[in-house]
Amino acid sequence: MEELTLLAIIIGVVHSGLRLATPYLYASLGEMLGQRSGVLNLGVEGIMLMGAFSGFYVTLTYSSAWLGLLAAFIVGGLMGLIMAFVSITLQAEQGISGIGLYLFGLGISSLLFKTMLGSVEGVDGFSEIRFCLTESFCIADVPVIGEIFFRHSIVVYGAYLLVPIMWYVLNKTTWGLNIRAVGQNPKAADSLGVNVNGVRYACVIIGSGLAGIGGASLSISLLNIFQEGMTNGLGFIAVALVYFGSWTPVGVLLGALLFSTVNALQLWVQVLDLNIPSDVAVMMPYLLTVIALALPFRRMAKPAALTRPFQRGEN
Amino acid sequence: MRNLRRLSIQLLPIIALIGALVIGALILYAQGVDIREAYTAMAVGAFGSKNGMADTLVKGIPLLLVALGIVIAYRGGVINIGAEGQLIMGAMVTTYFGVAYGDRLNPWVMIPILILLGTLAGFVWGAIPGILKARLSVNEILTTIMLNQVAIQISFFLLRGPMLDPDQIAQGTNVPQSARLPRVADLPRMQTLFEALGFDQTTKDLEMAEGWRTEFIGLFIDSSRLHTGLLVALLMAVVVYVFMWRTTIGYRIRAVGQNPAAARYAGINVPRYTVLALALSGALAGMAGAIEIVGLHHRMFEPTAVSAGYGFSGIVAALFGKLHPFGAIPASVLFGGLLVGGDKMQRAVQVPNVMITALLGLIVLFVVSSDLWARRRLERLEKEEVA
Repeated sequence: MEELTLLAIIIGVVHSGLRLATPYLYASLGEMLGQRSGVLNLGVEGIMLMGAFSGFYVTLTYSSAWLGLLAAFIVGGLMGLIMAFVSITLQAEQGISGIGLYLFGLGISSLLFKTMLGSVEGVDGFSEIRFCLTESFCIADVPVIGEIFFRHSIVVYGAYLLVPIMWYVLNKTTWGLNIRAVGQNPKAADSLGVNVNGVRYACVIIGSGLAGIGGASLSISLLNIFQEGMTNGLGFIAVALVYFGSWTPVGVLLGALLFSTVNALQLWVQVLDLNIPSDVAVMMPYLLTVIALALPFRRMAKPAALTRPFQRGEN
Repeated sequence: MRNLRRLSIQLLPIIALIGALVIGALILYAQGVDIREAYTAMAVGAFGSKNGMADTLVKGIPLLLVALGIVIAYRGGVINIGAEGQLIMGAMVTTYFGVAYGDRLNPWVMIPILILLGTLAGFVWGAIPGILKARLSVNEILTTIMLNQVAIQISFFLLRGPMLDPDQIAQGTNVPQSARLPRVADLPRMQTLFEALGFDQTTKDLEMAEGWRTEFIGLFIDSSRLHTGLLVALLMAVVVYVFMWRTTIGYRIRAVGQNPAAARYAGINVPRYTVLALALSGALAGMAGAIEIVGLHHRMFEPTAVSAGYGFSGIVAALFGKLHPFGAIPASVLFGGLLVGGDKMQRAVQVPNVMITALLGLIVLFVVSSDLWARRRLERLEKEEVA
């Protein structure tokens, strides 16, 4: 370990920080979409597990990671459809129904994994792109910059691309205006002819599809394995990041980067065998979430109609 | 007819259970499993013999205590998803003091003190998200979930270091677990209690005929894992009922839960009762952890194996029991049975017991979804009655 220079460690931490932000970004941006429309989807953890499993399974069976990613999006969207039906149409208490969806996803993904695959196998997922311009020159080999920014898979870049897309859709399109209106004041939106529940359905389903991709980013891009309950609370942190990021794409991006960097540091603490117990290091992201949520600076307005079902003719 | 319609509202949880079992059957069918064989294995495994019943009740004890805590939180207008962590903190504190001082005092004094210490730990762990919510309006759902992971990691840290079993060190295996509590600090088994009461014969000694009645009596007078924590849990159901519906503090908690604005107008200190609801909810989960240690495990080991998902299945039991302490009792027995039955089904037809987790999730979804329907129906019935 001694030959590791400080620079190499910094490059390693920043590189894995950027990498590990991927599942947070997909899941949190998806969750943010749902919350901006007024629906709190607490089932993200279960949806991610379903996405992780279906992505893994399809990639393994059809040897196509792209197909796996598509499957994860579709399965995530189907889970979102359940959530949307339960919380929008049946107006169930959203804090509790999300826990139901989480348990359902955790149980089904583990059940299917055990019966259909049985043991932990690796899979050939997305590999990193090295941006080779000629046969002998790749941008990935450029010192520092190349090593940090140009050695990731397409799934990682997609996560970052999603930030401006989400910003644009929410702030610059009619669609986004409708979403924000429905989340702030569904009654007014309804009176202007916006289909409140339709918009909410769409947001929850698309958001859940993204959470499914977030799960698959673990199983077919970052780790290339599937394990029961492999998200390990990541889906819940993703929900917290939406609060942390004050319901804006850039805020979510900063939150995701903060968390993934802490995660990366924690991995490097273990690699470097520093004198910090691994349990304390593993605990840090969760403790950080609690502290971050309690910090006063992030107290921005949340969508006024969050968790409130809409019923025409009622308040 | 009207009574029948009222009854159908009351029986909604049962309908939800049946719905979940039907979907479970479809899953089993898709796996090519004989549905009847699987469900029979489940029911017989959970309720068909004294050992099955004992296991069911042993799991029902922490479920009931956690569910009672969920009832308090829910009635107080807060959602506690941190019972898992609160249970673990209770188990850890009880283990620590039990290992260190368990044989210093008369067990009649020591065991209650150990349980109370665990309860206190849960109280504190529940009060943290309560204070964060009351003072800084931090969403309690998120903080309680995060504190679960924090509790798990703290436990691992202590179990690998300061609290590691000296035997593990001696053998060099270093499995993260604590030393065993001194045997005098074991919560008596049910059989021990009945022996003390004068029932010192077993069903074999009495030469009772085979059948469910013998199995049921055997549950108490024969040797089984069932411990007297069951009585503590049942007592707590009564305590929670009296507290919530017959005392001023309980009334205020419910008032805050039902309408915080009106409660504030009535002069109730809303933040204080929000904290109290979450802290008491945590206290009951902590008690569940304490009783798991003194009654069942007698040592602390992998925290997630001790909490065993009770923090989540307890929510299901509370919802199923219509968020009432007395409803939580049969619900806990039922879900204890479902958990035990799931293990038996796994052995009989090789369907992984994680299917039970999926079923629990479905039951939650069904119960919360039918809420609106029940509310509407009840309103209509009341209107009809007025007219």
